[in-house]
Amino acid sequence: MKIYRIHALICAGGQCISAGGDSFEEALKRAIKEKGLEDEIQVVETGCMGSCEKGPMMVIYPEGTLYINLVPEDANEIVEEHFLKGRPIDRLMWKEADGNFPTLDQVPFFALQTKIVLRNCGIIDADSIEEYIAREGYSALAKALTSMSPDQVVDEVKKSGLRGRGGAGFPTGLKWEYAAQTPSEQKYVVTNADEGDPGAYMDRSILEGDPHTIIEGMAIAGYGIGADKGYIYCRAEYPIAVQRMQNAIKKAKKMGLLGKNILGSDFSFDLELRIGAGAFVCGEETALLNSIEGKRGEPNLKPPFPSEKGLFGQPTVINNVETFANIPFIVCEGHEKFKRIGTETNTGTKVFSLAGKVITTGLIEVPLGITLRKIIYDIGGGIPNGKKFKGVLMGGPSGGVVPASMLDTPIDFESLDEIGSMMGSGGMIVMDEDSCMVDIAKYFLEFTVDESCGKCTPCREGTQQMLEILKRISSGKGAEADLAELEKLGETIAVTSLCGLGQSAPNPVLSTMRWFMDEYEAHIKSKKCIANVCDMK
Amino acid sequence: MKQCCECSSTASSQKEGFENSSDLSLLDPIFEKYKHKAGSLISILQQAQEVYGYLPLSVLDYIAEETGIKAPVIYGVATFYTQFRLNPIGKHLIMLCMGTACHVNGAKDIEEAICDELKIADGETTTDGLFTLNNVACLGCCSLSPVMMINGETYAKLTPEKTRKILKEIRKNDQQQVEEAA
Ligand SMILES: Cc1cc2nc3c(=O)[nH]c(=O)nc-3n(C[C@H](O)[C@H](O)[C@H](O)COP(=O)(O)O)c2cc1C
Ligand code: FES
Repeated sequence: MKIYRIHALICAGGQCISAGGDSFEEALKRAIKEKGLEDEIQVVETGCMGSCEKGPMMVIYPEGTLYINLVPEDANEIVEEHFLKGRPIDRLMWKEADGNFPTLDQVPFFALQTKIVLRNCGIIDADSIEEYIAREGYSALAKALTSMSPDQVVDEVKKSGLRGRGGAGFPTGLKWEYAAQTPSEQKYVVTNADEGDPGAYMDRSILEGDPHTIIEGMAIAGYGIGADKGYIYCRAEYPIAVQRMQNAIKKAKKMGLLGKNILGSDFSFDLELRIGAGAFVCGEETALLNSIEGKRGEPNLKPPFPSEKGLFGQPTVINNVETFANIPFIVCEGHEKFKRIGTETNTGTKVFSLAGKVITTGLIEVPLGITLRKIIYDIGGGIPNGKKFKGVLMGGPSGGVVPASMLDTPIDFESLDEIGSMMGSGGMIVMDEDSCMVDIAKYFLEFTVDESCGKCTPCREGTQQMLEILKRISSGKGAEADLAELEKLGETIAVTSLCGLGQSAPNPVLSTMRWFMDEYEAHIKSKKCIANVCDMK
Repeated sequence: MKQCCECSSTASSQKEGFENSSDLSLLDPIFEKYKHKAGSLISILQQAQEVYGYLPLSVLDYIAEETGIKAPVIYGVATFYTQFRLNPIGKHLIMLCMGTACHVNGAKDIEEAICDELKIADGETTTDGLFTLNNVACLGCCSLSPVMMINGETYAKLTPEKTRKILKEIRKNDQQQVEEAA
């Protein structure tokens, strides 16, 4: 293997590419070649580094210099000054009010994170199975196959306390146990990579940045429950993720890490990638399974749960991308080590995509139990332009808003439920005084009305009625009785809808009403939108 | 709002132009590929749309004939998913993100700019057949919001002025190409 003097890691995450990362990389490679440094400096494309707003960016090792917001014109200077003369370039470094942060590990945005799921993102080349293996990749699968029984694997996951990261927080080990105990010739493992929350991209970054960790997690699940076939259902809006995943599956097959008799054992496991066709409800597990079968993606009534009767009528474990990405760590390092992170009932970490009105937006991984205040102010750097913080949206169209008074709530499944919000899949959108809460409620209802599959009446008709009322209020035509009506409708829809989409659709409305009643009243009584968003005619 | 989806491969075939929808034999390799795979209807429809740019009725009927799946079932699936189009689209497909992050950062203003510049609404195509506008849910670029994607290329941190400029530029390039070809 060749030894290089310098490794330049360029982020090839979707957002850095969108921001012009490709042309910077080309320019850098050209400049390196012009100076004849190809044998000394290796340029590596990695997955998402996290601070997507600062892209395109690059980390230079051994010392870890971080350069941000790069343009092709910077390439020559980097090669001449930094690579040749050893003089890091101040103007390309991360800046905050209290000065420059020359290396990645000093920047608070990175320093305050704990990485399990994203352990390889931004560090390895996602297209290289060798680099994944070099970082202990597939050693958890090897450990499971050579030294653990299927029951022991399921037990390890159970003891870790891992809960599903797709939104509901159901204990993963328990789900696996149900599927393992249901007798059947054929079982399946499915990854939910539909990432429907509009405003979140955690799963996208994992799929793009570390596809093998998902393959490994799925194969371990397959061994645990006795399944020899898996499907990854990925949304079509993520072409780079689809491409890297396809490539990863191909390479794993070639190396014998997927297919027949993996690592010389009796265990065989094969994977297929399916591309979604655009329907939010397909993120719901029963709808997703229908869609894999080639049908309309409508949900089924539960029970039976997929672990009993899932894909093609067979026992199926379906987990979220991030859930599977935790598995190799748990199996490799053991449940004890995993449980040391997070809280007693909420173990491990959670990845969030931090967006909206916050100084540093991007992807972060933090231990569960951390407060929102820490995330927004310490990691995210606070609210830009001297504006006032108003609330954070969590849980997307099924979630709710967390107001300023609740910023010290620990982030765990139960605490967030109690204050009428929810963990959701990890979207976190910060709003300042310029956002109107009635408008936000209306926005989410427009989304659910559009995405309701129409199978059950409460969801199809009820959300439509709620939307009509909100439209009235936000155009200055609301009456006081509307508020009680909204509440009543919301409660009915929540208990009578067929699937989670309808059951949670009223949440954004009820939650904004709970914390920001003054804004609703201002719209109705004084026909005023405080944030000046609604067109009050 | 549409949660339409496009792979980059669709975008590239778009640039080269789509095949004529009357040549149904183009579907045969697709049937061959999925012959033995359970539940492949959606994959077949996706690839058919990549070939023709949309799903003409003749294509849906031919799929029914070849796969043995009843035609009403195929229509049911094709109309359920927002990705599938039963009508042709313009040369450049604008996917404007209406996700939450983009909404909070002013996607409405971008939509107004596009609609005003091109005189079309969501889901419509310009009379010259150059642009189609589709509002989508989230492009996964929330840190760069507001965002739109045209032919697979992402345009980030948009302002109404920037958006108008981008559209004008595409139109100009297109005219140049047409003139050069002539
Ligand atoms: C309307 C609706 C949309 C959903 N969307 C997603 C999604 O995009 N991704 C996901 O992982 N789970 C989603 N879920 C949750 C899934 O139904 C399911 O609980 C999850 O895939 C289980 O995996 P987990 O236990 O690993 O979280 C959604 C649920 C509902 C009701
Ligand atoms: S909300 Fe627009 S890209 Fe995610």
